[in-house]
Amino acid sequence: MSTLLDISKIDMVFPTPKGDFTALKNVDLQIAKGEFISLIGHSGCGKSTVLNIVAGLYQATTGGVLLNGKEVREPGPERAVVFQNHSLLPWLTAYQNVELAVQQVFKNKMTKTERHDWIEHNLKLVHMDHAMHKRPDEISGGMKQRVGIARALAMQPEVLLMDEPFGALDALTRAHMQDSLMEIQAELNNTVIMITHDVDEAVLLSDRIVMMTNGPAATIGEILEIDLERPRNRVSLAQDAQYNQYRSSVLSFLYEKQRKVEVMASSSKSESAEKNNKETLKQA
Amino acid sequence: MTANTATLNKNTAGQTMLKWLSTTLNRFGTNLVYPAIGIALFLFLWSITAQSIDTSLGKFPGPVAVAEQFESLYQDHITEGEKEVAFYQRQEKRNAARVAKDPSYQPKIRAYTGKETFFDQIITSLVTVMSGFLLAAIIAIPLGILMGLNKNVQASVNPIVQIFKPVSPLAWLPLVTMVVSALYVSDDPLVSKSFINSMITVSLCSLWPMVINTSLGVASLDKDLVNVSKVLRLSPLTHVKKIVLPASVPMIFTGMRLSLGVAWMVLIAAEMLAQNPGLGKFVWDEFQNGSSESLARIMAAVIVIGFIGFLLDRTMLQLQKMVSWDKSSVSA
Repeated sequence: MSTLLDISKIDMVFPTPKGDFTALKNVDLQIAKGEFISLIGHSGCGKSTVLNIVAGLYQATTGGVLLNGKEVREPGPERAVVFQNHSLLPWLTAYQNVELAVQQVFKNKMTKTERHDWIEHNLKLVHMDHAMHKRPDEISGGMKQRVGIARALAMQPEVLLMDEPFGALDALTRAHMQDSLMEIQAELNNTVIMITHDVDEAVLLSDRIVMMTNGPAATIGEILEIDLERPRNRVSLAQDAQYNQYRSSVLSFLYEKQRKVEVMASSSKSESAEKNNKETLKQA
Repeated sequence: MTANTATLNKNTAGQTMLKWLSTTLNRFGTNLVYPAIGIALFLFLWSITAQSIDTSLGKFPGPVAVAEQFESLYQDHITEGEKEVAFYQRQEKRNAARVAKDPSYQPKIRAYTGKETFFDQIITSLVTVMSGFLLAAIIAIPLGILMGLNKNVQASVNPIVQIFKPVSPLAWLPLVTMVVSALYVSDDPLVSKSFINSMITVSLCSLWPMVINTSLGVASLDKDLVNVSKVLRLSPLTHVKKIVLPASVPMIFTGMRLSLGVAWMVLIAAEMLAQNPGLGKFVWDEFQNGSSESLARIMAAVIVIGFIGFLLDRTMLQLQKMVSWDKSSVSA
């Protein structure tokens, strides 16, 4: 299995007024082409930091990321990101949002009609062709996220990075989106890194689940290979012994080995959670 | 049984009728009746108070006196227009006669130089305020974008903005006048110095709300959208064009609306001092004139100034609604 993406021994240190804060320590992971990887861990463990380093939005303090043997130094469309809160441009329609990406990536490689077909093709892929010309405020949260995925797919990325793509959606919409994502994945065989909080989501979608220890100095705790046949079906898997074993090993990692004393404050967002986490650990 | 249901239906129908009537009346009331009551009350209080104020130019004008002056100002405009037409007719006739006598004669066309009427002055004021406002916008919006994009630029320019923002047009005007008369020298000037003076003074005062709002709008750009732009590797120019500008359009227009309000307010003072033949000069001339009609004419000008200011604001609001993607940010 050849390595497409090499996350090579990265440390991430943030300077703070109270001194340096080591968010990540020695995170090392090799990902093959076509693999679907989930990053799972408690909030504040630095999952997003890993993703942002791969995206090029952050620079690792030591170590680095290699894509096809070349070092990643800045963000780029070959590492497209699906953001948690869709991040569509609110003044553009779904079509125009995808168009902006397509125009930027395929400016000189496609003719105008080819670009048009490519935009429509990607919107069809996420089942958004019926609402192509609606603006983000006219469509639901799940639909916005679909457009966000279409925009990322339209860049034809070598690695697709997803930061809790379905975290803000209700459970039913989320299940629907997961099924869509599996469908797309079966068709395109993308290399994907997805951050998630959801154990079921991780087991259902992934080839490997990367479980991260709690910060500070978070690192990879365990890696679980998910050897379930595709296409996977959530209903039949619910009865599957193998599936439930995978599930329970992730749960046991999260709630026994990496049990976390969470302050009972509203700390849903990663930033405040990261701070809280630090404080909890200091007190402990 | 059927009769009962019928009465029941009739009752509910009657109730819905009543409900509809009362809501319509309510809406009608807040939209028309109450404003009308307010205006009537104001006119009443005004006429009562006016009667008891004696000035050296006679009694303070009440609503009726002002209405008469509107009429007379309009008449002046009509007569002046007739005079102008007559002037050109005479000139044409004279020229034709001379050309008939001597075919080699090149007829001279002289422009009519009658006095400016109130309505001409309104036009002059509108042209001046729009030129000053546009000049300010051309400077303020790019500057605001630069400030919003770069914290260092923001930190360097902000103190200057804060200090010049509260300065009155009356303080700027003498400086502007001297600088303009030193630099704007031309034998055949395209526009008069008084126009330039008023325009620049208006610009200097209406610059700041646009600078502040634009920089605020650009600086509060969603970080996720910046990340989208980074992932797409948009060039700085495309980034500004496709992400920054559309995102801050609502704030830019809020700034423009505030600025236009300031510009109109400042204009009257600037025209008074600069003697630009607009509404400000009208007020000043009437004040200097000191006839028994002067106060009523000034009051008429006050009402017109207020009305035009209101219309300018509404126009900007409509523009803002047209270009804004975020309809919730637009409010009267």
